[in-house]
Amino acid sequence: MTDKSTGNGKTEQVLLKVKDLKKHFPIRRGMLQREVGAVKAVDGVTFDVFQGETLGLVGESGCGKSTTGRAVLQLHAPTSGEVVFEGKDLTKLKGEELRKMRRRMQMIFQDPYASLNPRMTVGDIIGEPLEVHGLATGEAKVKKVRELLETVGLPPVFGNRFPHEFSGGQRQRIGIARALALNPAFIVCDEPISALDVSIQAQIVNLLEDLQKSLGLTYLFIAHDLSMVRHIADRVAVMYLGKTMELADKNELYNNPLHPYTQALLSAVPVPDPLVEEKRKRIVLQGDPPSPANPPKGCVFSTRCPLAIDVCYHDVPVWREVKPRHLVACHRVEDGGIVPSIV
Amino acid sequence: MDTTDTILEVKDLVTRFATPEGVIHAVNGVSFNLKEGETLGVVGESGCGKSVTMLTILRLIPQPPAKVMRGEALFGGRDLLKVSNDEIRHIRGAQIGMVFQDPMTSLNPVLTLGRQLTEPLVTHLNMSKTESRARAAELLKMVGIPKAETRLDDYPHQFSGGMRQRVMIAMALACTPQVLIADEPTTALDVTIQAQIVELVKRLRDEIGMSIIWITHDLGIVAGLAHRVMVMYAGFIVERAELKALYSKPLHPYTLGLLGSLPRIDSDESIRLTNIEGRPPDLSTAPVGCPFAPRCKFAYERCIKENPLLKAVEVGHEVACWWDVERGKPRYDG
Repeated sequence: MTDKSTGNGKTEQVLLKVKDLKKHFPIRRGMLQREVGAVKAVDGVTFDVFQGETLGLVGESGCGKSTTGRAVLQLHAPTSGEVVFEGKDLTKLKGEELRKMRRRMQMIFQDPYASLNPRMTVGDIIGEPLEVHGLATGEAKVKKVRELLETVGLPPVFGNRFPHEFSGGQRQRIGIARALALNPAFIVCDEPISALDVSIQAQIVNLLEDLQKSLGLTYLFIAHDLSMVRHIADRVAVMYLGKTMELADKNELYNNPLHPYTQALLSAVPVPDPLVEEKRKRIVLQGDPPSPANPPKGCVFSTRCPLAIDVCYHDVPVWREVKPRHLVACHRVEDGGIVPSIV
Repeated sequence: MDTTDTILEVKDLVTRFATPEGVIHAVNGVSFNLKEGETLGVVGESGCGKSVTMLTILRLIPQPPAKVMRGEALFGGRDLLKVSNDEIRHIRGAQIGMVFQDPMTSLNPVLTLGRQLTEPLVTHLNMSKTESRARAAELLKMVGIPKAETRLDDYPHQFSGGMRQRVMIAMALACTPQVLIADEPTTALDVTIQAQIVELVKRLRDEIGMSIIWITHDLGIVAGLAHRVMVMYAGFIVERAELKALYSKPLHPYTLGLLGSLPRIDSDESIRLTNIEGRPPDLSTAPVGCPFAPRCKFAYERCIKENPLLKAVEVGHEVACWWDVERGKPRYDG
């Protein structure tokens, strides 16, 4: 077993630095389409991704985790903030410079049914990035496609077929092959397994782990399945309503969550073992997350937080390192507050 | 769970679909019973026939394209597959409640919640307008919706996903049914909202004392909720056991594989997940051998030739498999 999860004995190089990233989508009304507000999908996200690690990004639907992934890759132009990748701030790059950087970072999408063009053969889908970036054409391209198909565990002859001939798991493999075509250093995996059946999920996760080892990839793994993230990630960041709430090494985060939201989130995940479930205590949050178009003042979690006090409704908590490698944004951490759980 | 009275008994149910591509063998001889006060978990992946089984029993499946080839579903001395349309409508509304996966599409968007909630009360319980409205408000309160009286005049789009699922549950429980069939009721919801719904159903189960069939692909939810579990694959029940027995001693290679492919949130170690190789079953041909054989690492000759029947191998633990995974040899001689 490697000890990469603890980060011991390894120099950590920052590959990607995200600083106070914001992405607001304007709400327009009226004949003149005047801007009357904004959906603050991502509203101040800060984290680093280390070379060779998997950073898990978790949160519930609408928390902005996918938007964060896309804003990092400049698929959405960020409203503000910095995205420093291999020393360059991507938000300041344009045109050819940005295009060159795109080779280094790729994406695997959630829906393997919607992310492959049904009119293209698998070979064309995987080979397209090679041609776009002028890396291989003709025979060389065909050869490279065959190699890529083998890498992801598909027979090389499948290059002549169309996406509809494949099952969900196989399609996701094709999506992975496409992401690998340009030899990227960094891949954003946006819920790559949530559309797949349970028995197929493990196949894809194992493949992603194998590829990381053999190709030295770095992943930003976006998911809502907290059990799977604990399995695959080295460190985990928790988002709520457009903000990062907590970030730590995975075992630290899962064993010793400091933010009341993380505590509630973890306690809500069922464990496939009746003996454990019998004894488990659960924190059941009241209500639903507020709308990102109109987030609460102060701490965004204050409206549902069982520990909220006056200050939480007025002041935004500072994102800070409360112990080594454990960051959190909460006013009540120093009080040692643990949310009272119910049986 | 002291009583062992059977409230619903399903025998040898077979449902097929006629499609332009051929016949789909969705449910292939499913038999089970549901006891009074019991929660039965039905676990399987998409296309395993778990939903079609329940829809067939409730006669909610459009025929054609579906065709119920054979089977019985005995409920209160009557065969649900044979009773008149009026009778089944009454049973569905008043005695067996249902909650579906998608709370966004199961409510009528152009009717107020009050209208949708009072409808079963007026139809099945002959309540007056005022009576039914009071009861509807009571139901909304029961499932934890604040300001229930005023919210009755709201439309579904004014509620969030979790709240809509609460409304669906309120609706299913409107006439205090004996059985609640919940088809992946939390799959479309976030995990904190899922926890709310599961706690709600547990509380209501204890208050009302109904039996529940909970259909899901998530072995985690079932672990904290069900008394008994059956695992389905390709339209067959492949394993059935008491809750703890199924998790501590899974006997079917598919159940074993499913449990092995699930990471645990309560474990520090990151063990490599066990794959189930291959792809989901093709239902367009009737299986000759065991439907799981093409993906099974224990499969031997017999598995390809003969489909094993579901058989009790221990008290209360049935499995449909030729191989004895504990001893590592064929289970039946000859």
